[in-house]
Amino acid sequence: MNAQPSTAPEPVPPYVRLQAVSKKFGDFLAVDAVSLEIRRGEIFCLLGGSGSGKTTLLRLLAGFETPSAGRIYIDGEDMSAVPPYERPVNMMFQSYALFPHMTVERNVAFGVEQEGLGRLEVRRRVEQILEIVQMSPYVGRKPHQLSGGQRQRVALARALAKRPKLLLLDEPLAALDRKLRERTQFELLNIQERLGVTFIVVTHDQGEAMTLATRMGVMDRGRIAQVGTPAQIYESPVNRFVADFIGSVNLMEGRVAARCDRDLTIRCEPFGCTVRAARCVECATGDTVWAAIRPEKIVLASEEMPDEALGDNRVRGKVREVAYMGDVSICLVEIDSGKTVRVTLPNRAGLAAQRDLRHAPVTLSWDAASPVILTR
Amino acid sequence: MRRTGLFSRTTLVLGLAFLYVPIVSMIVYSFNNSRLVTVWDAAHSPTLKWYGVLFSDGEVLDAAWLSLRVAICAATVSTVLGTLAGTALARFGLFRGRALLVGMTTAPIVMPEVISGLSLLLLFVALEQAIGWPRGMGALTITLAHISFCMAYVTVVVQSRLAGFDESLEEAAQDLGARPAKVFWRITLPLILPAVLAGWLLAFTLSWDDLVISQFVAGPGSSTLPMVIFSKVRLGVSPDVNALATLMVSVVASGVVVATVWMRHRQRRRERDAQLAAAANL
Amino acid sequence: MQLERRAGRRLVAGIPALWLAVFFLVPFLIVLKISFSEAQLAIPPYAPLFSWAHGLPVPRIHLSSYAYLFTNPLYLRSYLYSIMVAAVSTLFCLAVGYPMAYAIARAEEAWRSFLLMLIVLPFWTSFLLRVYAWIGLLQNDGLINNILLRIGLLHHPVTLLQTDFSLYVGIVYSYLPFMILPLYANLEKHDPALLEAAADLGARPFTIFLRVTLPQSLPGIAAGSLLVFIPVVGEYVIPTLLGRTDQIMIGRMLSDEFFDNRDWPVASGVAILILLLLVVPIVLLQRVERRQLEREGLEAEA
Repeated sequence: MNAQPSTAPEPVPPYVRLQAVSKKFGDFLAVDAVSLEIRRGEIFCLLGGSGSGKTTLLRLLAGFETPSAGRIYIDGEDMSAVPPYERPVNMMFQSYALFPHMTVERNVAFGVEQEGLGRLEVRRRVEQILEIVQMSPYVGRKPHQLSGGQRQRVALARALAKRPKLLLLDEPLAALDRKLRERTQFELLNIQERLGVTFIVVTHDQGEAMTLATRMGVMDRGRIAQVGTPAQIYESPVNRFVADFIGSVNLMEGRVAARCDRDLTIRCEPFGCTVRAARCVECATGDTVWAAIRPEKIVLASEEMPDEALGDNRVRGKVREVAYMGDVSICLVEIDSGKTVRVTLPNRAGLAAQRDLRHAPVTLSWDAASPVILTR
Repeated sequence: MRRTGLFSRTTLVLGLAFLYVPIVSMIVYSFNNSRLVTVWDAAHSPTLKWYGVLFSDGEVLDAAWLSLRVAICAATVSTVLGTLAGTALARFGLFRGRALLVGMTTAPIVMPEVISGLSLLLLFVALEQAIGWPRGMGALTITLAHISFCMAYVTVVVQSRLAGFDESLEEAAQDLGARPAKVFWRITLPLILPAVLAGWLLAFTLSWDDLVISQFVAGPGSSTLPMVIFSKVRLGVSPDVNALATLMVSVVASGVVVATVWMRHRQRRRERDAQLAAAANL
Repeated sequence: MQLERRAGRRLVAGIPALWLAVFFLVPFLIVLKISFSEAQLAIPPYAPLFSWAHGLPVPRIHLSSYAYLFTNPLYLRSYLYSIMVAAVSTLFCLAVGYPMAYAIARAEEAWRSFLLMLIVLPFWTSFLLRVYAWIGLLQNDGLINNILLRIGLLHHPVTLLQTDFSLYVGIVYSYLPFMILPLYANLEKHDPALLEAAADLGARPFTIFLRVTLPQSLPGIAAGSLLVFIPVVGEYVIPTLLGRTDQIMIGRMLSDEFFDNRDWPVASGVAILILLLLVVPIVLLQRVERRQLEREGLEAEA
């Protein structure tokens, strides 16, 4: 906490630093040489499917697992061999792990008591944090007398009561129903801002990650596939896995036909179309690349156009299926080559207009700035 | 579905009758005046005569006192050891020697008692020869022998209770700054306490009941209650054994009934609480 | 800090392990050792396995007790008889126990714990006294004969005690809870939706039982059968009180050799032979139970 003389341009050292951390369980490499830096005050989301190693990474940070290789630094200190009960880190468990034999108050007080504070101070802190999560009326209840949402708040309060600098949250919202989940997301953001704690959140829910994260890391088979802000990851995925994992995407395989400064021309043989993209990508003429286009970036025009009128980023097809989702509709369009392209339409015109689309001949088009060109 | 239901229900009723008729007949005949178990002396029954005989039999009383001491000691020590073993098996993951510990804690449960008894006696003889301890066979050797097989049961009970609990509870406690020993006392032990108590009771009953192993390791001076009963029974049916059986059955039955009713009451209360909590959420 | 944790763990696992090593493992090695020595009239009544000559140990391993056991038809008969009794008793227990466990598992929630208590209750009362109760029922002037005579079904009492019949009654009676409990634990977990699905697909009740319930309950059947078979092989009390006098079981044989003949090597040899017989079932049982525990662990996680 000693204020260092900050010479202006020096970058802030990362609060959490993982250096080539690996974890093996028997033959299974759960975490594979992950290096990661997380800044103070961030909400960092680790997003990945089951078995991607995200929970193991969190448990390594909490100290429940020791890394097979690599080092973990928290606030500049090497934590690799420090047991969980001595780390300045607290965790909120997916199952909440509330002690069933203790009341809400005893649960929340448990951590504070370990610090050897006086009874009054413990009490004050418990009251304060229960106030923040709005659980004060329930101090005397036991976990089984609480609803799911209330348990979640107690778990959060218990983890925050020790005033950790870093809070690890393992699927914090997974056990809540959808309505409650949305409300709680914003409460979490609120509390994080108020207390200035650094959050590392593990989740498999991309919507949750997008809403919560200041930055996020997408994990795939023990490795970090990409780190960035939600917008960076959505707009500029670095590879096919990330592009496909976050949101939905149309992936078109093709070869680089021509390259002229920033402009690429890609011939997508199987799709029978040519994609023009204005993106800076490391590739040479003849390389195999993938053009990734988000469904909402494709414009669907219902009128038929003559062949000549079709530009490079245009392709003709027929609507096969329309799925009405309320706010949007998803159209599956079979293009002339026989491949299917996914398009989302904002629901401005209402249901009737969507229905008419079925089997209609259409033209799809997109901006040259829309496709992302992936080499991996 | 109906016919299989009818068949299985009939078997259940007959099976329960099969389990209880002998016990009930023992209880009834314990109040019979006649020395012949088979003849109901309607003129002078029911009588508490055999209970009087029982309580004036010094041999039975001595044996009961020895059995009680042995059972309390054996149950207590085996509960401590079994709780440790159960915790290790349920919580330490795959440590070296785990398979051996598993084998050693489950094998005594199914091991024929004659083998356990023989092997323990041979051990005590060998130990006495080698280091002069234990001096002869008696209460001590019986207790030691009982601890070993009772402990296996406690281990299983504690281990399966722990397996039903999420390990993240203990991790959460560590995460909140409690050292492993403290985690055990504040979190693990309170959670498994019902299993530990059940384990103690089970161990007590097994030790109190054991005949075969005790026979091997008892030595000439000391007889446990089952040993005295066995020698009486081998000579034929004797009515005071009926009285003893009635006493033992009623103690156990009332204990089990009270425990079951209490547990059901608790279960109901928990369910009601959970319903209230869910309702409050709406 | 990691060191402190590791030391603590070593202590927790080590103390019970050490106890069991001393009071369970070592005794078996001693039994094994004595089974290879020669009987002699001394205290203890067996010769040491090594003698010392010129400062070096000279092994004196004898196979005499095993030779004796294998050449004496009395032992072989008793060995086979024990296996047969254990197998038949297991089948009887299964035949009686399965429908009972099934009925309890299908009973209404409120009844289930009560019925289960009724099954477990005898288990908590003295085993010896429960076996003894059957003497009163089965002897020539016992309750059963008296009733049969009274209602005129018999004119002379039939010998029920000390027959194979009384032996099986005693064993099934004593070991029935061991069969019912694992079966119930298994049957109770079956998803009723499976039965409904099978019925919906047109299966008749008996077919449903054969093709859905029974295959799913195999682990319970295995656990229950092994829990009965293994201890019955070496059973001592029931055959002594209720069994035949002309054909004794192997557990009784061991005890007689030890206490009456004071032949420790032969008694140890019998123990080793029983163990050899039981190694496979015991290993099987441990595997069944480990799977059970793992499954419960997984369910607790989910």
